Amino acid sequence: MADALRFRTDNAVDHPAVTVDAYLEQSNASAVRIEPGDDARDLLPHLGHIRLVEINFPAFGDGRGYSAARVLREAGYTGEIRAVGDVLVDQIAYLRRCGFDAFEPDQPLDPSDVKMALARWPDVYQSAADGRVPIWSQRHG
Amino acid sequence: MYQYDRFDQAMVDARVEEFRDQCQRRIEGKLTEDQFKPLRLMNGLYLQLHAYMLRVAIPYGTLSGPQMRALGDIADRFDRKYGHFTTRQNIQYNWIKLEEAPDILAALAKVEMHAIQTSGNCIRNISSDHFAGAAADEVTDPRPYAELLRQWSSFHPEFSYLPRKFKFAVIASETDRAAMRLHDIGINIVRGHNGDLGAAVYVGGGMGRTPMIAPLIRDFVPLDQLVTYAEACLRVYNRYGRRDNKYKARIKILVHELGAEEYTRQVEAEFAHLLAQNIEPPIAELERIKAHFAQPAFMPGDVETSQPDVGDGKFAVWVDRNTHPHKQSGYASAVISLKPVGGIPGDATSDQMRLMAALGEQYSFNELRVTHTQNIVLPHVRKADLFALWQQLEAAGLGTANLDQVGDIIACPGLDYCSLANARSIPVAQRISERFAANGKGDTLGELKLKISGCINACGHHHAGHIGILGVDRKGVENYQLLLGGSEAQDTSLGKITGPGFSEDGIIDAVETAADVYLRERQDGERFLDTYRRIGMDPFKEALYG
Repeated sequence: MADALRFRTDNAVDHPAVTVDAYLEQSNASAVRIEPGDDARDLLPHLGHIRLVEINFPAFGDGRGYSAARVLREAGYTGEIRAVGDVLVDQIAYLRRCGFDAFEPDQPLDPSDVKMALARWPDVYQSAADGRVPIWSQRHG
Repeated sequence: MYQYDRFDQAMVDARVEEFRDQCQRRIEGKLTEDQFKPLRLMNGLYLQLHAYMLRVAIPYGTLSGPQMRALGDIADRFDRKYGHFTTRQNIQYNWIKLEEAPDILAALAKVEMHAIQTSGNCIRNISSDHFAGAAADEVTDPRPYAELLRQWSSFHPEFSYLPRKFKFAVIASETDRAAMRLHDIGINIVRGHNGDLGAAVYVGGGMGRTPMIAPLIRDFVPLDQLVTYAEACLRVYNRYGRRDNKYKARIKILVHELGAEEYTRQVEAEFAHLLAQNIEPPIAELERIKAHFAQPAFMPGDVETSQPDVGDGKFAVWVDRNTHPHKQSGYASAVISLKPVGGIPGDATSDQMRLMAALGEQYSFNELRVTHTQNIVLPHVRKADLFALWQQLEAAGLGTANLDQVGDIIACPGLDYCSLANARSIPVAQRISERFAANGKGDTLGELKLKISGCINACGHHHAGHIGILGVDRKGVENYQLLLGGSEAQDTSLGKITGPGFSEDGIIDAVETAADVYLRERQDGERFLDTYRRIGMDPFKEALYG
């Protein structure tokens, strides 16, 4: 956990995440790991008990995890959503917008690159899970 | 037409800097080619057979004179003094250096242009009717809706790593000039029973190796829910679209495998959920965008309503073939053919681009369009100006009168440029156009849409040609299959293969043979496509293989 880049102030969950199937069978864990083929909506009845959802990206080009994170945030989940696996600095800004607030990639990220990537975009065009006010709302104040 | 405000400009400028940084990291070796590839693709930069190719977005095919001039200047500065207009209403430069690509993006940003999402597994440039805002038959100008969707889809955080590329087309008339139902999502803006405008949404069309015509999944989406509905369509696709096989990853396969009914059910459920998320832009934003597309200050219709009768037969033929009825009396939309006899379909030199820019400024309220058939439109030309316009086009080799004729061929870049191609397309197009010019039959055939692809990916729309040609590789030799009966218009249909393929020489003869069958069999007023639909494949097969 020490290497995770977190945008949260609470303490990180200190036990390993279980698979979605394992969680649904026996649900006293507080950390779950979503693989690309899992349906995040299966977790919605249990969100009150979950403190960490890891979303795995075996390959960064498989974008199912972006939808999974947004679905969790749209359901009101406020716990940690951590991107793990093949996560590169070039995806960080989009991942943040979809509700990810922690990153623990296979290859550690250069903090200065991350800072630059997150500062790159002055504004956003659309609503997502990060609460930013889209350009089209700013135009009509 | 749409003009950037400070927000739009800041987003494009940020993108230029991001890409400059990414290129720099690639050149320094901090990014591997595998990591760099999806990043450069989302900026339209491909590695082709001989060089990098840059695809520049022309949103819904609309551009101003200064923008067209800038495209010409970029061709001079960074390429070999020409560019290639594509079937997605974009332009491609074929001889780009990686280290200069960020400078090109910077030059584009100066004229409110970009290459954002012109490639990659994301939402691509949104195409539209090239006569939008001018056509006599439109319900409304579809471009404000395309612009709204352009903004929504730009840098979309959830939909930038989709299973596969994703293409929208937006039209607003019964007559389909944008191959709407051959897109991942086709939108037709229609008037509902209560008189309000809404969107009829078709999902799951496409060409490629598995061509499909998109089914209608909702006949009316209110315009203040359009973005939310699109978001629902994409989320269901992102969740379930196949990722195990890139040839089965397009949404058309998902819609086909789930069935349109089940896909629709899932979209409706997601739509209901998303409506509660309040993600729709304010309706004032649509009104703001619409104001950018206000009608130009046309002259009153009763002044000089017709083009001069100058007694020039060639001009009359051009007017007959290359102009389209305008909603404003006294005006026409004029099409500049980029298909001279023996030319490369869709190519324009930098000088031609600058001339077209000037003509757009002088005669068409500073507006030009790119058609998916790889021609250029001046949408708002006074009929009284047509002769002067035509004379200047003629002088520059741009006066070819062949719109929708056999010489107006769509062709992909093919094996002359493309790393995916199996066969050359351009030389086949050139030879067919030369053949029908030399034998004089081109002028007698009427509307005959001929489309050529150099591989199964179908960038040359061969499935949708009245006559289609598909180049394949047969044991290391280029071979060409012939298809008949396709259409990309409101009567959308997919062409059928006639039988065994032909050599390069053979396919030229085969097209002429098919044209001869039509000339022999046609009845009053029938186009090639009508005759084919009436008499079927057999008479053509008999003539080709009998």
